[in-house]
Amino acid sequence: MEISEFARRLLKRNEIYLLFVIIALAIMLSLFNPNFMTLENLFDILRSYSFMGILAVGVLTVLLSGGIDISFTANATVAQYVMAYLLVNNPEMNIFLAVLIPCSIGIALGFINASLIYYLNAPPIIITISTLNVYFGVLQFISGGKWLYNFPVWFRNFSKLTVIKLVNPEGIPYGLSILTIIWIAIVLITFFILKYTTLGRKIYAMGGNNEAAKRSGLNILKLQMFVYCFMGLLAGIASIIQALLAQTVAPNAIMGRELEVIAAVVLGGASLAGGRGSLIGTLLGVSLIAVVSNGLTLMRVSSYWQKVFIGLIIIISVSITALQRKAVARRVAAVDVEE
Amino acid sequence: MSDTFLEMKHISKLYAGVQALDDVSFSLTRGEIHCLVGENGSGKSTLIKVISGVVNPEQGAEIIIEGQRLSIDHFSSKDSIDRGIHVIYQDLSLFPNLTVRENISFNVHVERGKKLVNWRDINAIAKGAIGDIGIDIELEREVGTLSIADQQLVAICKALIGELKLLIMDEPTSSLTKNEVDSLFSVVKKLQKRGITTLFVSHKLNEILEIAERVTVLRDGKCVGVYDPDELDHEKLTYLMTGKKIEYIKPDTSSISREVLLEVRNLSKKGNFKNISFKLYRGEILGITGLLGSGRTELALAIFGINPAEKGQIVIDGKAVSIKSNKDAIHQGIGYVPEDRLELGLVMPQSVSNNIIITVLQDLLNSLSMLDKEKRNSAIQRGIRELAIRVPSVDSAVMTLSGGNQQRVVLAKWISTGPKILILDEPTVGIDVAAKSSIHHIIKQLAAQGIGIIFISDEIQETLYNCHRILVMRKGRIVSESQTSEMTEEKLFQIVNVG
Repeated sequence: MEISEFARRLLKRNEIYLLFVIIALAIMLSLFNPNFMTLENLFDILRSYSFMGILAVGVLTVLLSGGIDISFTANATVAQYVMAYLLVNNPEMNIFLAVLIPCSIGIALGFINASLIYYLNAPPIIITISTLNVYFGVLQFISGGKWLYNFPVWFRNFSKLTVIKLVNPEGIPYGLSILTIIWIAIVLITFFILKYTTLGRKIYAMGGNNEAAKRSGLNILKLQMFVYCFMGLLAGIASIIQALLAQTVAPNAIMGRELEVIAAVVLGGASLAGGRGSLIGTLLGVSLIAVVSNGLTLMRVSSYWQKVFIGLIIIISVSITALQRKAVARRVAAVDVEE
Repeated sequence: MSDTFLEMKHISKLYAGVQALDDVSFSLTRGEIHCLVGENGSGKSTLIKVISGVVNPEQGAEIIIEGQRLSIDHFSSKDSIDRGIHVIYQDLSLFPNLTVRENISFNVHVERGKKLVNWRDINAIAKGAIGDIGIDIELEREVGTLSIADQQLVAICKALIGELKLLIMDEPTSSLTKNEVDSLFSVVKKLQKRGITTLFVSHKLNEILEIAERVTVLRDGKCVGVYDPDELDHEKLTYLMTGKKIEYIKPDTSSISREVLLEVRNLSKKGNFKNISFKLYRGEILGITGLLGSGRTELALAIFGINPAEKGQIVIDGKAVSIKSNKDAIHQGIGYVPEDRLELGLVMPQSVSNNIIITVLQDLLNSLSMLDKEKRNSAIQRGIRELAIRVPSVDSAVMTLSGGNQQRVVLAKWISTGPKILILDEPTVGIDVAAKSSIHHIIKQLAAQGIGIIFISDEIQETLYNCHRILVMRKGRIVSESQTSEMTEEKLFQIVNVG
């Protein structure tokens, strides 16, 4: 493809506007605080947001299939708490188990979601709101709300691992965190699944037209199982990341952030109706929220106001998309009038 | 090799007390273009389902495909597809969010059972299918952005992947313009040259005459007969489909008053219509006909205020009025019965009663601004009586009614507003022939009461035998105005289709 053709196609995609907005905001914020546009800050943002980023990838996959999952934060919380409890009480536990346990729990809770959705034939939003409450409620009850800390040293050290080691002007080393690498790896794997496997294409198909998918002989149960278990798996992985970041685990630390993640994914162009969305868009959506939050923090804006800003940005972005669509519709005349 | 592709004998199907099919015989010769005709409830959908393996007929039935007798109980839809039989339903079963290329080749994902996608393969398969029937559609485009006509072509290409022997299409021309219908038919003829048999379900006589080689008519689950299209005309076909003779008489124009109820002067809207001028007399039924995309609905919605015009005047009873919203229109005494009755004309899950009174709720309030039971009931009863709505209970949900009865509810709803002018947009679309003529009767009665009626229709026959005057629109303009008494079916067909 020629460069000009490539450029033209690129400009037509909705995600490009999001990128422009992010760049514009980044420039504006760096004028307020020169510390913003540094590599160190960038790596820091990437590290902090790998948790949300991994969850966003899972949410995107579920949305593409035509479903939705609100329970992923509860899922992550349960996975995280069990892992943390075992880790704190058995510091000699190896890393392999520390990873396997939350992932298995995540998949298991996702499996329950998928089964309920398929066999009860109920709207996914209702089912996952219910499981959100059940998973979290049970955990609260069993844990008694107790915070967990005092992780083994290797757990703490792992969270500080970096690649691309650099040193800042004050002599403090920094680098691209391993947590970000994990996020990137997950993005690449998901990209491959969605674009290059028949499983991924069937997920898009099911989200685009569920009836036609059934008529084409697609195994709806199998696809839904995959999608919700995949979300569960990613919730499990994300929960490990969050524990590594915070080095403490509180039962209510992750809860309440569901809508923020879904907002980021929808901001990136995913349709709540299913079948539409891209990883690039999702990453841009997360980036936008990350850039705004981080920039405002550097400007010492209270975190309460940050929520207001994020909300406003989402409204503005959605309005721009809606206006664009209206403009296109107006241009397409209903009748070829003979002048 | 025998010339007969498919032979079906003694096909019956019983559904919970309803005989959907009753000892039907049906056959298709290889490479023929065959048309299946019948009203709703005639059994044609069930017959299609039997051919495609979705439904199994009762014992005693025989299905022979390409000389091979099949086991009735073990003929599934997958078996049917394996034998090269593909059905394209009215909804086309495409994935709007995927590209043309991926939709065409989609079955490859499913059938070959491979885990990885070979995009080069997908591209080649799609290109091949498009080339095979010689059509021009961008492979890159999302199917959801294509016109219905193009989507249909994509659905046909999709059917071509894997060996296609029989293509069944359910009412393929319902939303197509004349040009698009011609393109579709030329594609069907190309398929014929390759030995593919086509069966399509349709009730549009002029299309049947143009393309079908044989016509099978079903009525009440029985096969009435197989005919050569040359021996059929509108009256004969209607009689075969309904068993009743329906009289077609042109309305009497002599009794129309000379009072101008509505006058439209130079109404224009960019991209919709231009310089529309006409008069509507009290008690007159004014027909507006034309091809799809000629601007009739856009014009109707302009008079009704939903799509206000940019230039021009609307004059009612001699006074110029400003209509900027449908509220204004209703206030001026204009009612609009939409083409899409299910989506825009009715609230489907709601009761017949609620649907009838929805336009006049303000008039049914008591002193406390709550609905007055007496007023409400009398309004409902009046509607039911005047429109002869047949319903077991007024609280039945409107979605349980037949098409004809549903349309009566829509009419009742607008009549209760006491309109001066009623705009009917394709009022009998999707309604069986017998029910159609009873709706026509109601419309004539309404006109006799002095209401001015604008009757928009696609069907030449319907327009000619129900309207006093006829306007023909093309490309957003009025190209002809005539008294029905001076018009004939052939002349009107000419003006609409040829110019």
